[in-house]
Amino acid sequence: MRSKAKICTEENKKTEALLKVKDLSLSFIQYASGLRQTELKVISDLSIEAYSGKILAVVGSSGSGKSLLAHAILGILPSNAILNGRIEYDGKELTQEKKEEIRGKEIALVPQSTTYLDPLMRVSNQVIGCVEKENEGLMKKVQREIFQKYDLKPNVERMFPHELSGGMTRRVLVSTAVISSAKLVIADEPTPGLDEKTLNETLNYFKDMANKGCAVIIITHDIEAALKISDKIAVFYAGTVLEVANVEDFKNNGENLRHPYTRALWNALPQNKFQAIKGHQPMQDEVTDGCIFYERCSKKNVLCSKGIPQFKDVNGGVVRCNNVS
Amino acid sequence: MSTAVVTVNRGVFRGLNLRQKTLLMIGLTSLLLLTIVVSSVSLGEESLQTDFSSKNLSPSTEHPFGTDWMGRDMFIRTVKGLGLSIMIGAFASTISTILAVILGLLSSAGKTADSFVSWIVDLFLSIPHLLLIILISIGMGGGATGVIIGVAFSHWTGLTRVVRVEIKQIKTQEYIHISRNLGKSRWWIATKHIFPHLIPQILLGTILMFPHAILHEASVTFLGFGLSPHEPAIGIILSESMKYLSAGYWWLAFFPGLSLLIVVLAFDMIGDNLGKLIDPKKAHE
Amino acid sequence: MCLKGENISFGYKRNNLILNNVNISVDRGEVLGLIGDSGSGKSTLCKILAGYENNHKGNVIIDGKKVPSKGYNPVQLVFQHPEKAVNPKWKMKDILNEGHIVPQDILDSFGIKKSWLNRWPNELSGGELQRFALARSLSPETKFLIADEITTMVDAITQAQIWNIVLDIVKELNIGVLVVSHEKNLINKLCDNVVYLDAINSVN
Repeated sequence: MRSKAKICTEENKKTEALLKVKDLSLSFIQYASGLRQTELKVISDLSIEAYSGKILAVVGSSGSGKSLLAHAILGILPSNAILNGRIEYDGKELTQEKKEEIRGKEIALVPQSTTYLDPLMRVSNQVIGCVEKENEGLMKKVQREIFQKYDLKPNVERMFPHELSGGMTRRVLVSTAVISSAKLVIADEPTPGLDEKTLNETLNYFKDMANKGCAVIIITHDIEAALKISDKIAVFYAGTVLEVANVEDFKNNGENLRHPYTRALWNALPQNKFQAIKGHQPMQDEVTDGCIFYERCSKKNVLCSKGIPQFKDVNGGVVRCNNVS
Repeated sequence: MSTAVVTVNRGVFRGLNLRQKTLLMIGLTSLLLLTIVVSSVSLGEESLQTDFSSKNLSPSTEHPFGTDWMGRDMFIRTVKGLGLSIMIGAFASTISTILAVILGLLSSAGKTADSFVSWIVDLFLSIPHLLLIILISIGMGGGATGVIIGVAFSHWTGLTRVVRVEIKQIKTQEYIHISRNLGKSRWWIATKHIFPHLIPQILLGTILMFPHAILHEASVTFLGFGLSPHEPAIGIILSESMKYLSAGYWWLAFFPGLSLLIVVLAFDMIGDNLGKLIDPKKAHE
Repeated sequence: MCLKGENISFGYKRNNLILNNVNISVDRGEVLGLIGDSGSGKSTLCKILAGYENNHKGNVIIDGKKVPSKGYNPVQLVFQHPEKAVNPKWKMKDILNEGHIVPQDILDSFGIKKSWLNRWPNELSGGELQRFALARSLSPETKFLIADEITTMVDAITQAQIWNIVLDIVKELNIGVLVVSHEKNLINKLCDNVVYLDAINSVN
């Protein structure tokens, strides 16, 4: 493993990461009042790594730009976006052409909601996607098997998206990823609004995929759901990752957590202390010189207001904080 | 914490961004159209004096569009004709828009009103435009009034549908329900919540109606059902020129026709560019 | 004083009822949790109680009287997606004060900053918009608040912030709250009582 890669733990040192995102920054050119154009920074200096057979959860509040990370990896950003940094896939740089070539084949997206399905197309056709005529029969068979596995009845494949219930939609969306035999699956907010049973089912589908050797990235705001299945959790805050923790760190009242924000997040869960810290996430056009968590941090010192803290390896995870050793 | 906004592109000279280009385009085309209207109004009758010593001259520096069989300067005739067309188009589009907005609002009043509006839209759509304009125009006794009313009564259908659908879509929004639950009256919701969403659509609809109105006015006049032959209208110029084309006086039809085309395209361009500014999906490119 | 839904039935098709004879009642000052599977009709029930949906059978009653269909509704509903609950063409201050002038102390307790008031809705995050939506609906005339998954889309810290403030205000104004959520831990933390709405639609 090259020295560049900062995020890695003992067990993963043997294998190379399937996807490496390094110092990714994303901004949008927008029109401000009148005719001036401004650049709005949405993601800054973000680094994560995804390993085959492992689940990485990216946890952060909604509207903080998590979904755009998925869109950046898949190369489906709008034309006014500016992307900087490096994305490596399987050891090679992932360029826009390469993204277009392998998305839907090696990289699959499980989108957020039904609106990603074509409302005028029958479900089975969408799951199979575009295939050559001679492969159609084979794909149909594969699709039936997958549907059977996910407890979708044969009549579902003739349905239109609006006829599906919430849980069924979720299963259909998951099967679109499964059928592509992807090596990397990115799930964008797969859980909101699901009751406990459906939630657990959905999470198990991702677990299955990881067990089969896929690298899975789950982007979610629901830290509880993330804890149930993932191996690592990247804590996303105001456009960057503050900490990558192992799931075990969240045990014992979260004492092993490194970043004050992660700890605050843990304490705010209803089954824990349900305790909120003051303040709000900085808005996208509010730029700070120091640590982005500075305003809300209880442990801040002078150093924190000067310069963004660099990633440090601490106890098998990484963290961006000056006060951790 | 400071609010820092990075300015990428300041001033006119450092390369224009799309929004600046769009606005520039709208400004220039509007200026062109305005010039035509103003000059056509300020040019008096005396500028179209018949001068039989210089009849049927081909285009030259003195007469850029040539002269006709009565020695009148074709350039001045064209400008006056275009000005007239634009003014008639403006009148007709305005009346059309008012009709469309009234009917669109009426359609949101209730189920019966809605089906009545849909029925009347379908009714008017089922008659070919040109035929309808000719019928109304003749019915109103021809002349400018006839043409204006004819064009106005045949062009409101599209915009009515747009307004109707837009209102229907906004009415299902959650913030409308909330407003109602906060005790606001229907009228209050209509003016404060719904109407601001309609303004851009109405504006765009009106401008895109212009080219249709102008072309229809010209064609009806060309066919002899519109403006009287004494008016300096483009339709009249074109129909007159038909008699002289075989004699090789091509400029009589070519330049007025081309100018009409340019004016129509200019309106289309304003509409398209305005649409780009209004459409939220394209607004930030 | 209490809000009651009596024998409420609702369906888009006659033979396919989403709600079948549901009875529910919330007292003033009570925080009642409502739990149910996806598709069990929780959101529909909320809409009926708040008067958004009128094509239902059964009655919604406050203190023995039917809720008036005009004027300020004492039952206010707040949804999961605050970005849909605001007019995108309005500034935040107009959105906030649509129903009543929200007093400064409520703004302070919600942590709504002065500078946010001059922004457009698309410049704020979901958690921030939800604070506006709640401040807007918690007027002195409000007697009952129906919170339909209001913190499902926000992070845990914002969730805790929002609920701590809402519970304070609700206690002060003696408002009854119906909390709808699929998250059992949250319901247990917040609510005095919990009812279940299951697929056959009996509340128990």
